[in-house]
Amino acid sequence: MKKAAHPLATPFRHALEALDRVTAEAVFANALEQLSPLQAVEQVVVPALEAVGAAWHDGNVALSQVYMSGRFCEEIVDRVLPPSDPDRKHQPRSAIVVLSDYHLLGKRIVYSVMRASGFELFDYGRMDVDELVERVLADRIRVLLISVLILPSALKVKEACRRLKTADPALKILVGGAPFLFDPQLWQEVGADATGASAADAVAIVERWMGEMQ
Amino acid sequence: MSAMNSMQRTLTALGQQEPDCVPLFLLTSLHGAKELGLSIEQYFSRAEQVADGQLRLLEKYRSDCLYAFYYAAIETEAWGGTTLFLPDGPPLCGAPVITRPEHIDTLRTPSVADAEPLQRVLESIRQMKARVGDTVPIIAVAVAPFSLPVMQMGFDKYIELIYQDRPRFERLMALNIEFTVAWANAQLDAGATAICYFDPVSSTTNIPRELYLQTGQEVAKRTLPRIKGPTATHMASGRCLPILADIAATGTAVVGVSVLEDLAELKAAANKRVSLLGNLNGVEMRRWTADDAERAVKQAIAQAAAGGGFILSDNHGEIPWQVPDDVLLAIRAAADKWGRYPLDWVRDWKPPA
Ligand code: B12
Repeated sequence: MKKAAHPLATPFRHALEALDRVTAEAVFANALEQLSPLQAVEQVVVPALEAVGAAWHDGNVALSQVYMSGRFCEEIVDRVLPPSDPDRKHQPRSAIVVLSDYHLLGKRIVYSVMRASGFELFDYGRMDVDELVERVLADRIRVLLISVLILPSALKVKEACRRLKTADPALKILVGGAPFLFDPQLWQEVGADATGASAADAVAIVERWMGEMQ
Repeated sequence: MSAMNSMQRTLTALGQQEPDCVPLFLLTSLHGAKELGLSIEQYFSRAEQVADGQLRLLEKYRSDCLYAFYYAAIETEAWGGTTLFLPDGPPLCGAPVITRPEHIDTLRTPSVADAEPLQRVLESIRQMKARVGDTVPIIAVAVAPFSLPVMQMGFDKYIELIYQDRPRFERLMALNIEFTVAWANAQLDAGATAICYFDPVSSTTNIPRELYLQTGQEVAKRTLPRIKGPTATHMASGRCLPILADIAATGTAVVGVSVLEDLAELKAAANKRVSLLGNLNGVEMRRWTADDAERAVKQAIAQAAAGGGFILSDNHGEIPWQVPDDVLLAIRAAADKWGRYPLDWVRDWKPPA
C-alpha cells in the first residue's frame, strides 16, 4: 500500500506538529475534495504521521505532539472510514497489549497511529503472560504488538514469545517501549520478530509483514 | 590513598575544578534489598534497613554518594495513592489518584509530616547522616511538580490537561509546588546534601522546547529557589540538549543526561554553567562484560570529565535490579583506572567508529 505522499501531506503534518486542529481539518477537507476517503488517509494522514514519528525518533518533535496528532488523526479517520468500512485494510488479525506494566501511553499512541493508518486491531489493554497467551491463541491472532515500560516487563516478553511461538510458530510478534530503545539487542534476546522505536515504525513493519503473509 | 573524601571530590567537581579523580555516583537503590537478603517490599518497609543497605553498598562499590531514593511512587503514596511491589523490579504506582480533571478543583496538598512513607525516608536519611557526617554526599530525590502528575493522573490525561485545560493545570502545579518544596526541604533538614529533582516530562523527548519554556521551566523557576540546598535536575534518560541552557537558567547546579545524546556536545552546551551527571546506559548494563564497562566509562570520561563539572553515573538515576555486581564492580574499577586527574590520556582517545 506504500502510495506516494500527496502534496497536502506536508501542510497537514505542519498543522499536526503545531497542534493546529483548525488548519489540519481544513487541509483534510481540501484533500477530500480531490481524493477518496481511503486515498486521503493513505496519501495525506499516513505520510504525515510517519513524518511526525520519524521526527520524534530524531529528537525534532516531542512525544506530546505525537500523542495529540495520533489522537486527532484517529478521530478523522474514524469519521471518514468507520471501523466496519470495507475499505479498512484487509488484514491479518492483529492485537496490541501492554505486558505487565501499568503504563498505557506508549501503547495508546501506537494504537491510535495504527488505526489512523487504516488498521483494525484488538486492544487488549494490560495483561500478564498467562492471560495474554490464552487470549492470543483463542482469538487466532496473526500479528501481536507488545508494549512495555520497565525492564522486568521486557524480560517477561521472553516467556510470552516462547509459549506463543510453541503453540503457533507462524505468529509474528513486534515489541516496543523504552527498554527496547535503550538496548538494541533486547528484542532478539526475548525472541520477538522485530522491534520498532515509534508508532510509525509499527505501521511500516506490520505493513511489511502483511505483504509477506499474502 | 585518595587525596580527597567523596564530599570534597564532588564539591570540587561541581565547582568546575578537577578533583583527585572523577566522582562516581553509582545510584543503586534496589540492590540494598539483595544485600540484606530481603524482598524489595520488605526492604523498603523499614527506615533502618534502607540506611543499612545504602551503607553496605557504599562499602562494596565505593561510590561517591549515598542514595536516599526509595522509589518514585512513594510520593504519590502521600497523595493517597498505592504502590505495587514487584519481586524483581522497581515499585510502581498503582491507580491514579486524580481520576477526573475536576478532582483537581478540590485537591489539597498533603502534609509531609503526616505521610508515614515520607517520614520513613527522612529517618533513613538521618541514620545515614549520623554514620557519614560530611564525608559522603547524601543524595535525596524529589519528583518535579511538573512530572509528578504522570503518576497522579496518568500520562495521557496529563498531556491533555496541559494542552486543553490550562487553568486546572495551573492549579495542579500550584499544589504540587508546595508539596515538592516541603518534601525537598524536609529531606535537606534530615541531613541530605542535595536534591535530585526528577523532571523527565520536561525532556525534549516528551514536550517541545516552546512548551517547556511556558510550563516545566516556569514551574522549576518557582520551585528551585525555594529549595534550601543544591539541586540536580534529572531527565531520567530523556533528551535535553536543545534545552540545556534553559535548564541551567532555572538555577540548578547539575543536569542528569541521557546516553541518547552525545556527551561531548552536552558538555560544550553546559559551558561551565551547570555540571553534568551521566550517562551510562543502565538498561544495557545488565549484559555488559568487564570490557564493555571499561569502554563505556572511558568514553564518558573522555567526553565530559576534563576541567571538572562532571560526575560519572548511569543515565537514569537508578541502576536496574538486573544489573549484576560484577558489572558494578567493573565500572568502579574502570573509573579508578581512567578517572584519575589529570586526564592526560584523553588527548589521544578516539571515539569508537
Ligand atoms: C517520563 C519518565 C518518567 C516519569 C513518568 C513515567 C511514567 N510513564 O509513568 C516519572 C518521573 C514519573 C518516572 C518514574 C519512573 N520511571 Co521513568 N522514565 C521516563 C522516561 C524519560 C519516559 C517514559 C515515558 O513515559 N515516555 C512516553 C511514552 C509514551 O513513550 P514509550 O512508552 O517509550 O512509547 C514510545 C516508543 O517506545 C514506542 N513504543 C511503545 N510501545 C511500543 C510497542 C510497539 C510494538 C512499537 C513498535 C513501538 C512502541 O512508541 C511510543 C510512542 O512513540 C523514560 C526514559 C525514556 N527516555 O524513555 C524513563 C523510564 C521509563 N523510567 C524508568 C523507571 C525505572 C522508572 C521508575 C520505576 C523509577 C522508580 N524506581 O521509581 C518510576 C516508575 C513510575 C511509575 N509509573 O510508577 C526506566 C524503565 C526501565 C528500567 N530501568 O526498568 C526508564 C526507561 C529509564 C531508564 N533508561 O532506565 N519516569
